[in-house]
Amino acid sequence: MNFWNNPLWPEAASKDAAAHDKLFFTITGLSVFFTVLVCVLVTVLAVKYRRGTKADRTNPIDHSTKLEVLWTGVPLILALGTFVWSARLFVENRDMDRDAMDVFVVGKQWMWHLQHMDGTRENNELHLPVGQPVKMTMISQDVIHAMYLPAFRAQYHVVPGRYTELQFTPTKPGSYRMLCAMHCGTHHSEMVGWVHVMEADEFAEWKEANGDKNRPKAGSVIEAGKMVFEDKNCGSCHTGENNVKGPSLYGIMGEQRSLANGQTVAVDNDYLRLSIIDPTSQIVEGYDKTMPSYSSLTEEDILALNAYVKSLGNAGDLVPFERPGAPVPPTATAPDSSTDTANRTASPSTTQTEDEIQ
Amino acid sequence: MSAAAEQETVQEKNYLNADHTLRSWLTTTDHKRIAILYLIGVTFFFILGGLSAALIRLELTSPTGWMLSNEMFNKTFSAHGIFMVFFFMIPAIPAVLGNFLLPLMIGARDLAFPRLNLVSWYLYAVGGTLVLIAMMMGGVDAGWTFYTPLSSIYSETQISLTLVGIFLNGFSSIVTGVNFIATIHKMRAPGMTWFRLPLFVWAHYATSLIMILGTPVVAMALLLVVLERSLGVGIYSPELGGDPVLFQHLFWFYSHPAVYIMILPAMGVQSELIACFSKRKIFGYHFVAFSSLAIAVLGFLVWGHHMFISSQSVYLSVIFSLLSFLVAIPSAVKTFNWSVSLYKGSISFQTPMIYALSFIGLFVIGGITGMFLASIRTDIHLTGTYFIVAHFHYVMVGGTVTAFMGGLHFWWPKISGRLYSEFWGRISALLVFVGFNLTFFPQFILGVLGMPRRYHMYGIAPEWLFYNVLSTAGSTVLGLGFFLPMIYLTHSYFKGRKSTQNPWNAKGLEWEKAASPPITVNFTEKILVTEDAYNYDAISDAAQALRTMEKRGQLAVVDDEDAWWDENSEDKS
Repeated sequence: MNFWNNPLWPEAASKDAAAHDKLFFTITGLSVFFTVLVCVLVTVLAVKYRRGTKADRTNPIDHSTKLEVLWTGVPLILALGTFVWSARLFVENRDMDRDAMDVFVVGKQWMWHLQHMDGTRENNELHLPVGQPVKMTMISQDVIHAMYLPAFRAQYHVVPGRYTELQFTPTKPGSYRMLCAMHCGTHHSEMVGWVHVMEADEFAEWKEANGDKNRPKAGSVIEAGKMVFEDKNCGSCHTGENNVKGPSLYGIMGEQRSLANGQTVAVDNDYLRLSIIDPTSQIVEGYDKTMPSYSSLTEEDILALNAYVKSLGNAGDLVPFERPGAPVPPTATAPDSSTDTANRTASPSTTQTEDEIQ
Repeated sequence: MSAAAEQETVQEKNYLNADHTLRSWLTTTDHKRIAILYLIGVTFFFILGGLSAALIRLELTSPTGWMLSNEMFNKTFSAHGIFMVFFFMIPAIPAVLGNFLLPLMIGARDLAFPRLNLVSWYLYAVGGTLVLIAMMMGGVDAGWTFYTPLSSIYSETQISLTLVGIFLNGFSSIVTGVNFIATIHKMRAPGMTWFRLPLFVWAHYATSLIMILGTPVVAMALLLVVLERSLGVGIYSPELGGDPVLFQHLFWFYSHPAVYIMILPAMGVQSELIACFSKRKIFGYHFVAFSSLAIAVLGFLVWGHHMFISSQSVYLSVIFSLLSFLVAIPSAVKTFNWSVSLYKGSISFQTPMIYALSFIGLFVIGGITGMFLASIRTDIHLTGTYFIVAHFHYVMVGGTVTAFMGGLHFWWPKISGRLYSEFWGRISALLVFVGFNLTFFPQFILGVLGMPRRYHMYGIAPEWLFYNVLSTAGSTVLGLGFFLPMIYLTHSYFKGRKSTQNPWNAKGLEWEKAASPPITVNFTEKILVTEDAYNYDAISDAAQALRTMEKRGQLAVVDDEDAWWDENSEDKS
């Protein structure tokens, strides 16, 4: 064991780490200052006025509003300054970059499943190209875990029943620890692995050499989602346009939906997931509770389905895009201008859905 | 001394020897006897919690573990947390020192509801027994925080029984809280106005508010875990339609204020110690008193800082961060006031004062490292790591336990009527201070390096070994520091020299008006309070010390144990 290799500071290997460390050292500086101040004050007073010394003890004071204001005010101002600095960094950090490279994470007792968008799967290991912003979409299959990447100063809980996100940009090639930092049961401390950050060409090489053997037959995540979609026969109700049996899934990502219970929700990964495993909880206005629960699907399947639905277009996407293997996506322009076949025409506007139903 | 000497009519009958049967102890409604019952209880759980801590530290001297299985390790740290937090720390100061001293300090015969007080001890004892039974049946492995759905669905250990035990214990503290508030409002002696109350009483008033308002919430939250486990009622588990993060909100709504249940009484003790051993009035009495209330109120509004990365909304986190920064301010105010109270004092360094001074140092470090965690961006990196462990041990052990030890030594002559060995007292206080820092400071570094808490093995990062070994080495010193008082205090109870009524020359009704140990009804005379708290006179104390020195031909006050005993003990043989 390298018993004498005792670092005081962890490696910093992400874009965020430098900003974090600056804040950290500033708070450390303040902490040391106040700790030393109090300790010196106490020591000096305790020595000077120890019992038996001939120090001047006349006219002692019991209170001083000036002093109280001083030692309330100064820490308060410093605290508020730190707060503003820290909160800004935090809000920036949690503002997700839509163009980042997607990595899907499923945490389970006691390992990490990771999947790249192209379908490459890894367990307890993650290969990433340097300099590329990464966004993890994470969910747990059982208890709460925490994805903790100390060298990136990044951490977020991985919760069952809802998706969480974590983003970072690795800046230095190397291998960094990937830990679970939320007690998750018996083998909690073995739920660990490595993130390997590589130069872009090395990463491509790695993909070439190793990536394929980890890739499922279905290919990319979207293709896997399409396979599940077809396997479960989702298309018999969810066609290209809203019909009597079910609302269309084309172009709904990000859309505001009116539900039968009067609520309005934004369509996101969580909404889609809940609609798959517990469909009756969020029925779209105008539909019956006909869809059965697909709670037997694995979290990987549901993530893939979500990715597939997302590939069918975002709400407000004006230009349809094509993807080989996926059904021809709908246009999001006014329906009457569509020349496509009827069942492939999206009707993304909620108001129109309501009109149709009525 | 002379004024006190006049009152030194040795009470032949006191609360300790009023009756000797076990039955008389188990059915007592005397707040002092109940305090002793609590003292026995919390000491027992402190020993159990300490032993489990020792196991954890030993196990971590190897990156791959060498003694315990994963399962045993998890059960050990869970037991450590449960014993220490629920059955030692929360009752330690309020139920032992608070119970004993509140009526004495305000000039009352007993608490407002003496029988309720006994009920609270029985709830504590039954709760503790249930938890012990659960531990013997295999223990629990979900940590003292019982995060769902690990605790509610996935763990196959004795969680339900443990939670029922903690639930009962929670009611014990609610009952104590009710009792204290009623007592402080209604039973103060004539002349004991609110602003003449010792700060110890103010601190307990604030603590009682938290106990009453917070504890029912955690009791309910834990009961819901039991319901989900046993009846499958979907509250927390998403598989049953529940929300796992809801538990964290409910749990921390109590458990963060619970940190203040643990530290506020310690701050009360601290004020008494600083005042007595510097022979000065506490600086800024009103600010210290109101900062206790400010902590109690603000403490209820910061629970979300445990959940910055739990999937809580970003904006909610920002607000909780702001409030968490604010709650630090009253603690800072207290610390400055204690420090400045030494100014122009006549300071002696007896055992309780050594604890009080270490309290200031350790509490400053404990409190100020909270800034790193209130600050959201740095919290992301530190939460869930050993930094958290170090931070709350600095506050809870460096703060609360240090103050408890200081308070126990300070009031020991009053409680037992005996004097302990000052020599061993000082040695152990210094051991605690040194051992504590050696144990927990390395854990700050471990946390910054990224070692998650509750890790049994860290083969992935062998460079963490050094700090872990350092921490374990420190914990042996710390352990010795806590072990010694158990020996010499117990010894003094049976063999120690008898104490005078007021061996420290302290102010306060418990010293000036009640015998050591007090009689069952506390006071022989009617109490009328005519002066403010801490009406000490440092000038005459210093002058007296100088006279003593001249008489003995010394250049400085030599804290000669025998001389001190001769001046202060009853049997001047």
